[in-house]
Amino acid sequence: MKILVAVKRVVDYNVKVRVKSDGTGVDLANVKMSMNPFDEIAIEEAVRLKEAGIATEVIAVSCGLAACQETLRTAMALGADRAVLVETDVELQPLAVAKLIKAVAEKETPQLVIFGKQAIDDDANQTGQMFAALMGWPQATFASKLVVSEGRANVTREVDGGGETLALKLPAVVTTDLRLNEPRYATLPNIMKAKKKPLETLKPVDLGVDVTPRLTTLKVVEPAKRSAGVKVADVKTLVEKLKNEAKVI
Amino acid sequence: MAILVIAEHDNASLKAATLNAVAAATKIAAHLSADIHLLVVGQNCAAAAQAAAKAEGVAKVLVADAAHYADQTAENVAALVVSLTNAAGYSHILTAATANGKNMLPRVAALLDVAQISEIVAVESADTFVRPIYAGNALSTVKSADAVKVISVRSTGFDAVGQGGSAAVENIAAGPDLGLTSFVGRELTKSERPELAAAKIIVSGGRGMGSGENYHKLLEPLADKLGAALGASRAAVDAGFVPNDYQVGQTGKIVAPQLYFAIGISGAIQHLAGMKDSKVIVAINKDADAPIFQVADYGLVADLFQAVPELVAELG
Repeated sequence: MKILVAVKRVVDYNVKVRVKSDGTGVDLANVKMSMNPFDEIAIEEAVRLKEAGIATEVIAVSCGLAACQETLRTAMALGADRAVLVETDVELQPLAVAKLIKAVAEKETPQLVIFGKQAIDDDANQTGQMFAALMGWPQATFASKLVVSEGRANVTREVDGGGETLALKLPAVVTTDLRLNEPRYATLPNIMKAKKKPLETLKPVDLGVDVTPRLTTLKVVEPAKRSAGVKVADVKTLVEKLKNEAKVI
Repeated sequence: MAILVIAEHDNASLKAATLNAVAAATKIAAHLSADIHLLVVGQNCAAAAQAAAKAEGVAKVLVADAAHYADQTAENVAALVVSLTNAAGYSHILTAATANGKNMLPRVAALLDVAQISEIVAVESADTFVRPIYAGNALSTVKSADAVKVISVRSTGFDAVGQGGSAAVENIAAGPDLGLTSFVGRELTKSERPELAAAKIIVSGGRGMGSGENYHKLLEPLADKLGAALGASRAAVDAGFVPNDYQVGQTGKIVAPQLYFAIGISGAIQHLAGMKDSKVIVAINKDADAPIFQVADYGLVADLFQAVPELVAELG
């Protein structure tokens, strides 16, 4: 079976972003970009399923600027067999991405599509679920364990207060949480090999998808800063201040 | 026009986050003079529905009670919400941004062919909302052009409504059982402590705890003494000290208790995103330069292995 994995190019998780002074967004000039960390987990899980002989092919897909090619090359260095880029300069929102990936999935007919649970830039946590709904497929979000066998996926999910396990009929959608696996590092030989793997580029119009944004960003501001308080000398002073100054215990 | 809020519940009781979602709906309703309907989808959920009827500001509680809603799978719940919306013409659909809400709501938005606005923290008008992006390092004000606004609500952004209401409770027909998923089992962490998302005091441990054994040995007595919930940084979860549902931060739970103890936590951006709206923050860390001290109201530079037992003793 084929597995399709959606990956997103985002500001690296170690970067502390700055809001632009004109309030139009965050400053992305000269900022390090990387693959969304949850998407690395998604690629890793798909590659492990291939290594276990369950999947036959892993296809990475990304939507956005031409620069997303780098992210797709990374995905292939981690073990994806080939990649599809849906290239556009339009600001893509989750619903548009879900529609684009639906169009790709209809061409590729995967049995499993894996997404990261959320992207660390817009923190939306929507695309996998939206894609599943558009396809009419079952979903298991926030996965911490995935077992695929005989046309089914058994998925353990992270939920409030613990975990739950669902059995899904394939084809299905899984979104990854942190504990699903620990992604490997791309080795230099694999990075070199990835440069030769096929990368197909499509446009939204080729796929017949309208990607016009539905939400308009009116302004982006920095949140109110929390100022540092005081250092206390010892535990006794701490308890005294919590009782008499902050009055919280 | 009315506003639909989807209740978070476990059939027996209503989860507190629902009251915050109703509070957000009340702010939207004030711009529209619209009624608020609260939807309870479950099996044998009469007790949750009764609790829902007490939420102030709610005009009507709708109850869909059926066997295929026992586990509130996203596929079945979303299908019901979409058919209700198409029939009743709701202008807004809200739910709390809990694990359940985050799982189910985007399906509703996609099936209605509208955008979802995730984790709002403020309402500017009936179509304009404020939400954090980049782990809360920026606040974005967005305006929706869609006919139906589908919104998840970050609980810490809205004070819960009271529970002195008496809404009418109306049973509605269940939607179809899509039969796409089957429920295998649930393993909930057993705890006598308050729920992390609703606790007034939280004691969190980080990588500095050194091991899961240390985490429990040191922090449980402190949490017991304070009646606090236990939390953890992502580093502590990654290191396997505690399960993921303890995680506070961008990719875990967002909390804003009265008092937050960050113990052996350095203060990575991802962790601060989950707790920086707490009223009072206490940090205990042996590294005086740890970033956590930049947001802490009270910082104690000390070895946690000595300071925490001392703190327990001092609290009497």
